[in-house]
Amino acid sequence: MMNYSEAAVRARGLTVRRADRTVLRGLDFAVPPGRITGLLGPSGCGKSTLMRAVVGTQAKVTGTLDVLGRPAGHAALRARIGYVTQAPSVYDDLTVRQNLDYFAAVLDPGRARRSARRDAVVRAIADVDLTPHADALAGRLSGGQRSRVSLAVALLGAPELLVLDEPTVGLDPVLRRDLWELFHRIAAERGTTILVSSHVMDEAERCHRLLLMREGELLADDTPDALRARTHTETVEAAFLHLVDEAAALQGSTR
Amino acid sequence: MTTGPTPPEPTGPTHTGRTATDGTPVPATRAPATAQADAPAAPDPAAAPPPPSTPPSPFTGARTLATATRVLRQLRHDPRSIALMILVPCVMLFLLRYVFDANPRTFDSIGASLLGIFPLITMFLVTSIATLRERTSGTLERLLAMPLGKADLIGGYALAFGLIAVVQSALATALATWVLGLEVIGSPWLLLLVALLDALLGTALGLFVSAFASSEFQAVQFMPAVIFPQLLLCGLFTPRSAMHPVLEAVSDALPMSYAVDGMNEVLRHADVTGAFVRDALVVAGCAVLVLALGAATLRRRTA
Repeated sequence: MMNYSEAAVRARGLTVRRADRTVLRGLDFAVPPGRITGLLGPSGCGKSTLMRAVVGTQAKVTGTLDVLGRPAGHAALRARIGYVTQAPSVYDDLTVRQNLDYFAAVLDPGRARRSARRDAVVRAIADVDLTPHADALAGRLSGGQRSRVSLAVALLGAPELLVLDEPTVGLDPVLRRDLWELFHRIAAERGTTILVSSHVMDEAERCHRLLLMREGELLADDTPDALRARTHTETVEAAFLHLVDEAAALQGSTR
Repeated sequence: MTTGPTPPEPTGPTHTGRTATDGTPVPATRAPATAQADAPAAPDPAAAPPPPSTPPSPFTGARTLATATRVLRQLRHDPRSIALMILVPCVMLFLLRYVFDANPRTFDSIGASLLGIFPLITMFLVTSIATLRERTSGTLERLLAMPLGKADLIGGYALAFGLIAVVQSALATALATWVLGLEVIGSPWLLLLVALLDALLGTALGLFVSAFASSEFQAVQFMPAVIFPQLLLCGLFTPRSAMHPVLEAVSDALPMSYAVDGMNEVLRHADVTGAFVRDALVVAGCAVLVLALGAATLRRRTA
């Protein structure tokens, strides 16, 4: 069991309501620092809501949620977290470099920091492999390229925690592999904690640790190996289905 | 070990007895008290001490300036919009001059009023669409999750569009006075000042209404809703004192009336009159008030 006090993100009884619907129901989990934690589950299970709660943009959050030692949404956390929304949130009418220039200036403002910013921008563009497109308008890029611009923005300022909402959706297999290699490099070299969501179960195998979600509840919080071993299955996907059936059976028997 | 297998009862909000706060959301900031009780150890030492190199502050000039630069860079990639913003008022003035070819005195009055109205309308439209885009594209959510003050964002927009408004008004004023023979007794600089205040008011109104529009269709429809009544009641078509008393009272409460009055003061008086100062202050005050309202519509946490 992981020591809760060392966790980068720690939730106790995390509940989120949206209109009259409860989207997250009393979640307890911890995200270990410097590792890649995958948040997996079918579409609409509350992954994005959970991520928005961690970043501090979600309203009506109850329970306990600490991020990097402070309550989620604390002003001091804003410069320490990189967040990539599901839809690429960049300015289509700016070039890749201009987009990054602006967000870099928000993170690290001032004339004195200009050269540091320029280096950070060049590095972030190189990280996501967009150097040949640095001066292209974001709106003219392909969907996959635009989501990489969005990712590059999150990499600026070397955040301690990266929250990535389905960063590989709609990308071709080669790019997906490259991005996952990048995530592992960032976690290993910079000690960044990464919380990444996906609804593609084969990506789960690439994570150090998994949070499996379904209908606003956690089915499991474990390593991929332990999950497979516990459920006597070959793949994480099979393990997930096993846990879903188990939970349904449990519910059915108490009814 | 798994931490959160589903509770054995049917799913429902009732099982969260431990939070006991159903209905009244407790902000997550309440958290540390309970957290410390569970885990007496200090929070991660790596996470706790040194605050980031730039302490988050609500307002810094550099971020405002960066935002204004970004807005202008966006516009630069859209030369057609710039051309429309700057040229349409000139074309309209030109047109009006010859519509009132027979009586140039009418052109004096209407022309001066329009010099105040154009920047308001243009900036209203541009800002409402630009900020709506910012809201729908997710960039607003991203910015508000970053160390950017709301005042930086609003100030940046006001600065960028204020600059465009200065160019637009300078061109329109120059055309009206030098080419079209608009007779202005007061200083053209005062015309420019009122035009700039009007532009700020338009920016403020645009920012504010964009919070209530969920699509660009709706945003554009706010123009007839917000601008047209003011246009009818501002004294452009008929003196405000000649309106039905109720309408006159309404027009007294609308900021565009003061913009037009201010323009006409400059038109008729050589020096800065008390009425002009009052009009300018009312327009500026309204702009600040609506900007503050607009700031209140920018929420860091949304449902």
